[in-house]
Amino acid sequence: MEKFYFLIPLFPLAGFFINLFFGRFLKIKAVNAIAIAPIALSFIVSLLAVWEVLSGKIIEYNLYTWILSEELKVSFGYLIDELTAVMLIVVTLVSLLVHFYSTGYMHGDPGYYRYFAYLNLFVFSMLMLVMGNNVVQLYFGWEAVGLCSYFLIGFWYEKRSASDAGKKAFIVNRIGDFGFLLGILLLFVNLQSLNYGDIFQKVGLLQDKEITFLLWNVDLITVIAILLFCGAIGKSAQLPLHVWLPDAMEGPTPVSALIHAATMVTAGVFMVARLNPLYSLSEVALMVVAFTGAITSFMAATIGVVQRDIKRIIAYSTISQLGYMFLACGLAAYGAGIFHLYTHAFFKALLFLCAGSVMHAMAGELDIFKMGGLRKYMPITYLTFLIAALTIAGVPGLSGFFSKDEILWFAYASPMPYGKVLWILATITAFLTAFYTFRILFVAFHGEFRGDEHLRKHLHESPTSMTIPLLLLAVLSILAGYFSVTHFIEPIVGKAVTALPHEDEKFVMTISILVSLSGIGLAWFIYICKPHFADAIKSRFQFIYRVLWNKYYFDELYDYLFVKPTIYFSRTVVEKITDRGIIEGIVNGVPKLCYIAGKSMRNLQTGFMQHYAILMIIGVCIILFIIFSV
Amino acid sequence: MINDYLLLSITLFTIGLIGFLIRRDLIVMLMCLEIMFNAVNIAFASFSYYSGNYTGQIFVLFSIAVAASEAAVGLAIVLALVRSTGINHSDGIKNLRG
Repeated sequence: MEKFYFLIPLFPLAGFFINLFFGRFLKIKAVNAIAIAPIALSFIVSLLAVWEVLSGKIIEYNLYTWILSEELKVSFGYLIDELTAVMLIVVTLVSLLVHFYSTGYMHGDPGYYRYFAYLNLFVFSMLMLVMGNNVVQLYFGWEAVGLCSYFLIGFWYEKRSASDAGKKAFIVNRIGDFGFLLGILLLFVNLQSLNYGDIFQKVGLLQDKEITFLLWNVDLITVIAILLFCGAIGKSAQLPLHVWLPDAMEGPTPVSALIHAATMVTAGVFMVARLNPLYSLSEVALMVVAFTGAITSFMAATIGVVQRDIKRIIAYSTISQLGYMFLACGLAAYGAGIFHLYTHAFFKALLFLCAGSVMHAMAGELDIFKMGGLRKYMPITYLTFLIAALTIAGVPGLSGFFSKDEILWFAYASPMPYGKVLWILATITAFLTAFYTFRILFVAFHGEFRGDEHLRKHLHESPTSMTIPLLLLAVLSILAGYFSVTHFIEPIVGKAVTALPHEDEKFVMTISILVSLSGIGLAWFIYICKPHFADAIKSRFQFIYRVLWNKYYFDELYDYLFVKPTIYFSRTVVEKITDRGIIEGIVNGVPKLCYIAGKSMRNLQTGFMQHYAILMIIGVCIILFIIFSV
Repeated sequence: MINDYLLLSITLFTIGLIGFLIRRDLIVMLMCLEIMFNAVNIAFASFSYYSGNYTGQIFVLFSIAVAASEAAVGLAIVLALVRSTGINHSDGIKNLRG
């Protein structure tokens, strides 16, 4: 049986090829079937795999040797343990629902088949990423999902901003991936193996080894862990490489839900959790992970508070929640991080799909202040958005509460001295999260409609193909938390260490509930009770507002530091010296040389027969001279 | 002994060569070519005689046959040239000038 689990990624790949080559000749129904059936089949096979894992089996199988070069041996295989099982369920289930949703959302788009082909390719890559049993396969999936992300962000490529956003995402990711590749190479150089099993077995040998880096002796494991984490920073949009994710919202909304919320961006968290034996050996690396997560989480949440674009707010929320997951991983509470990944996948996908449903009704309008009162027109979207908002805010009983509370508890109870600092940051973030999510809800769905009459007549609930996935995801958002992933994957990632007795958890829980309720309350107070209060605050704290509105000026900073100098360098050095001087010089110089040579040689050809004869004789004489002088 | 024959051959060859280079009359140039031919034939024959290998002498016969046909073709070309252009010296033909 274990042989057949390679079918899980194979189905979407087949769907991709069929739709890519024949999609344009097929009817919409056929394209739908070809796109959705493989995902459904993958989901079923994944369930079988998960069933086996639940019965206590770990499936590892090598299909064939992929790369063989002296010491480097990379096989193409898969490893399905508890961690992979969780990811398989998240990836296949969310993508199944998003595929369903897309049939409604993308209806009538000229690139319909292309969209589904890319989406299937993405699912294939993501499954390769989570199922691989070695780091190279992880890297393959890692790059492939990045490529699909590029395709799908720039899906409406005729729109300038969309194609720019795609390029930005790709380039920013490459920066992180470079570090990731270096990390993999260092790992291989020191361990001579890239298989997870071998790495975890031998990683202890690396302890206390040092490596010279820029004339500086540093701990080898720390270097490897941080380099690998660079990849995670890029892929999971953490500071300082988070700039691509908000722009990635240019893509179709289901793509944002699937790739830029539920699955691809969580690859970094998955990677850290997967390589947990490595990270656990380096306190410094863990601290870097934890602080990157906490600071990103806090800063993204503050930006989310002032934005007006519904998708961007949710995008910053995603960055913030990813920060939460890294915070957990950095405290060696990998289980809590993956738990949050798992619940987040459902409620964040739901938030995005609701936003897509709203955009569908609002003819693409994104500004929440141009909406309002949508509750009456789109009851199902409202209801599901409310559930998602309650879940992300951390209201007790819903899935977000369980995972978030666990992270807060591990931060509070961490034996590390900085645990409390992280806890405070995370608690403030939780408050902000509740606030900005309910800000969307109150501004967009409550009150009176603020758009024009023409748009108001157009308002309608989305078709069933879109509302059914919304309802299913809403149910999942409520129920997902009752399956304790933390406990389930303990055999793989170990148990987080806590320095405090279990009784203190009540305190943390109370605080987190209070914080989330007060966040909701504040949003209600500002946007429902006193509608002019928000403007008063805005004008009172103009400076802070401007900084947050401009996202801490990260884009401007990068533009100034990297983009402008690059353009300047290309204009002056590359264009003037290299291009016109060297390359054009060579291109024009070669024919010129031939012309000059030809012109002088032409004089030899006089047309007089005897001149030729003389030359011939001189030649013969020279040859004879050479022969006899030797 | 062979030296004398070779000396004869070289002398003839040089005469032919110099004649070919300095004379402009096409007929004379053809004659000079024949002289060089025969100089080579003499060298062939003498080498053949002294080494006791008669292949060289057989070869000379062939060479003479070829030289005869070559002379016929050469003369025909010169005749055709003179008839069509009136030029009978080599300076006049320089259409191949680069």
